[in-house]
Amino acid sequence: MAKTHISFNLNGRPVDVLAEPRELLIHVLREQLAHTGPHIGCETSHCGACTVDLNGRSVKSCTVLAVQAQGGNVLTVEGLATNGTLHPLQEEFMQQHGLQCGFCTPGMLVRAYRFLQENPNPSEEEIRTGMSGNICRCTGYQNIVKAVQHAAKRLQAAGGK
Amino acid sequence: MATTAERVEREAKLEGVGCARKRKEDPRFIQGKGNYVDDLKLPGTVFGVVVRSPYAHARIKSINKDKALKLPGVLAVLTANDLKPLKLHWMPTLAGDVQAVLADEKVCFQYQEVAMVIAENRYIAADGADLVEVEYEELPAVVDPHKALEPNAPVIRDDIKDKKEAGQGPRRHHNHIFTWEVGDKAGTDKVFQSAEVTVKQAMVNPRVHPCPLETCGCVASFDKVRGELTVYMTSQAPHVIRTVVSLLSGLPESKIRVVSPDIGGGFGNKVGVYPGYVCAIVASIVLGRPVKWIETRIENLATTAFARDYHLVGELAADKNGRIKALRVNVIADHGAFNSHAQPTKWPAGLFSICTGSYDIPVAHVKVDGVYTNKAPGGVAYRCSFRVTEAVHLIERMIDVLAQKLNVDKAEIRMRNFIKREQFPYTSALGWQYDSGDYHTALKKVLDAVNYPALRKEQEEKRKRGELMGIGLCTFTEIVGAGPTKACDILGIGMFDSAEIRVHPTGSVIARMGTITQGQGHATTYAQIIASELGLPSENIQIEEGDTSTAPYGLGTYGSRSTPVGGAATAMAARKIRDKARKIAAHLLEVPEGDLEWDIDRFKVKGVPGQEKTMKEIAWAAYNNVPEGMEMGLEAVDYYDPPNFTYPFGAYLAVVDIDRYTGETKVRRFYALDDCGTRINPMIIEGQIHGGLTEAFAVAMGQKLEFDEGGNLLSNSLMDYFVPTAAETPKWELDHTVTKSPHHPIGAKGVAESPHVGGIPCLNNAVVDAFAHLGVTDMEMPHTAYSVWKTIHKLGLDKR
Repeated sequence: MAKTHISFNLNGRPVDVLAEPRELLIHVLREQLAHTGPHIGCETSHCGACTVDLNGRSVKSCTVLAVQAQGGNVLTVEGLATNGTLHPLQEEFMQQHGLQCGFCTPGMLVRAYRFLQENPNPSEEEIRTGMSGNICRCTGYQNIVKAVQHAAKRLQAAGGK
Repeated sequence: MATTAERVEREAKLEGVGCARKRKEDPRFIQGKGNYVDDLKLPGTVFGVVVRSPYAHARIKSINKDKALKLPGVLAVLTANDLKPLKLHWMPTLAGDVQAVLADEKVCFQYQEVAMVIAENRYIAADGADLVEVEYEELPAVVDPHKALEPNAPVIRDDIKDKKEAGQGPRRHHNHIFTWEVGDKAGTDKVFQSAEVTVKQAMVNPRVHPCPLETCGCVASFDKVRGELTVYMTSQAPHVIRTVVSLLSGLPESKIRVVSPDIGGGFGNKVGVYPGYVCAIVASIVLGRPVKWIETRIENLATTAFARDYHLVGELAADKNGRIKALRVNVIADHGAFNSHAQPTKWPAGLFSICTGSYDIPVAHVKVDGVYTNKAPGGVAYRCSFRVTEAVHLIERMIDVLAQKLNVDKAEIRMRNFIKREQFPYTSALGWQYDSGDYHTALKKVLDAVNYPALRKEQEEKRKRGELMGIGLCTFTEIVGAGPTKACDILGIGMFDSAEIRVHPTGSVIARMGTITQGQGHATTYAQIIASELGLPSENIQIEEGDTSTAPYGLGTYGSRSTPVGGAATAMAARKIRDKARKIAAHLLEVPEGDLEWDIDRFKVKGVPGQEKTMKEIAWAAYNNVPEGMEMGLEAVDYYDPPNFTYPFGAYLAVVDIDRYTGETKVRRFYALDDCGTRINPMIIEGQIHGGLTEAFAVAMGQKLEFDEGGNLLSNSLMDYFVPTAAETPKWELDHTVTKSPHHPIGAKGVAESPHVGGIPCLNNAVVDAFAHLGVTDMEMPHTAYSVWKTIHKLGLDKR
């Protein structure tokens, strides 16, 4: 199948790839661009392990075509830390024991990152709903909710960045 | 003399047993630097996709691979005929049965493996799989294990239809696999004949799936020049897999390396050997290139490792005060098309005979019949120690049924029947020696914490108003840590586990175990055990597992065996090192060994302040100044054969509110008290319990692999198979008591499965309890709104 030239920004850096029109964004990220943070859990948009941020929105990259990222901005878990400093969400997932096997974690973090921009001061209920596109089989969510709450506080204190 | 504060500080610095230290695993996971099997990218890797049967039962009339082979990029198409010359078209199962690797003449369950297409990438492989033409002749399917035993039921297994046994004793019907009996039948029957009260209840543990977020998969890489095979695999038991691969392939074990990299959850799904692995290995040997096979979610739910499918009838005999006198259980166990369950070899029903539970029951008899059906083969223990969930479900339902019959409170009847603290070690009627327990204290603590009498009063008032509120109790005993090698083996290999610890000259440590973490945090907790035993800070203790080329042989991680067996091996290996360290310290301090005492992180000369050697100093000396005749170095290995299982227990209480018009059930409160003996890392324990309770919630309230009569799986994606999100999941309240295991080196018992094992019956009991006053004694799980509504509607409770 003929390949298409796709250019987009990945974690702030321009990338170019050749991909078939049918190729999924998750496969291009993982196999061509060596960004294996996002994972494939279900192929049907239910589990959210593949969540990345595309043009300021959370998307399930297992059901987004790579060509849809053309000219866009993609953020993956690999882009959350800045200059070697972990994002408060990453810190709090660790502090609150918000992960176990780690497979859902990259998607969870990237979703939580976007969620806290959409709703910087969420209630527990809002966190549970806002994160409900991401499945975790290990933690029972209680500590993930706690981690998001703590990160929200820290981000608010730091001026909402 | 060291002050208390100074000692406390020294001990705290170690971050040893009891410390809620943060996990060593986390930094890489939160930065997307985990290394799961699908993340591997070996040069020249090709991709395998399995062609699967659309039918649950059919003859294969022909397979045509021509079109697939013509597709550019397709390298090979494997079928049973290709595997036959290697005698790999069938493989032995752990239970003495055989399982088709690729279907040979017929398929016996939907999605059964028929061929594997290997291609340059996953897209071409999938295209190729679509081009493989298989002609089938459909046969009548049977999915209900009771119907499978009818005289004229379809013959599922033509390959063994004339065989009188299938690896686990005599069989009496063409779809019958085994009968397993335990206990005193005559004695039990006699008690039932003269009992003051008897109750009988049928119940089902529906077929479910562990559904870890990462599916199963592997990368098989055969080096033709060296004749060496490396398999990276999502395996909970890499060492056993290597042995099996060696036995199947004929390659010496020393030329096979199995590596379990980071594993995205297991929960029992990743214990077995699956056809996809075998095909990938064969393909790699044939092609001389690394072959990657990764399941899709549909393949995962439909083919690898279902759990449960136990159809039970329980009976209790008691006196009129509710004191249980006997238990009788009959089970029909649906194992699907091949008996490839994952249990210790001698235990066809796993540890199901723990079903006398936490109660002092004088006599019992259990009979389990295994049955073939046209469903996926198995089954595994889903976050559970070998059928313990089924066992706990049975006894915890039965005791509620008895309470209802006698009109005795459900907490009170448990108190009356508990094994008393002074009865431990306690030998159950079915032969298990419970190592320790304190059930009365645990339940009392829970009842006090939730103000149980007030809840019952509230329920009574609500019942008067026609509202539905249920209170569920579960006071379970687990049996984990398989196990004593005299009782437990896998293919003849005893179920010991191992640890190898090496202390470097500077006092840092590397340790390797035969177990393999799948999120349990082994890198954190094993280090804590070593830190406490050796007085070296856990920060500098590196844990490695899962690579058969470096780790000592072990049986792996499932059945909550890591802490009871691997953790014990770790403590014992550390103690061997400490014994040597003591000799070195005596040599350095020029005193007899007997003059030394251990103090947190050092040996001190008794009564001589300041005369001491820290472990750090001893480690250095171990490499340059040891007593004459002693070997240099400071390392030890331990292969631990546990003297007994461990018996964690808990008391759980759930409160549910049910909408009488929709059947929607809300878990208002769930209070879980666990006793797992010594608590190595409370933070991790709590995390494990949260997760286990959530999986229990999933099973009780929504999970079921549903089939239609033709054997079509109706719940093969996350659209139709319930996995709770943060939005549905209740909040968990945790509590604990500590009753140490008397035989485990550090008194620990294992914890991760208890919440699943105890949580399901607790939620189930809560839902049934909401209807108990109306004479309801069982409702089939899962308790979806529709399912609960059916009970409501039948009882006419939804009339406005």
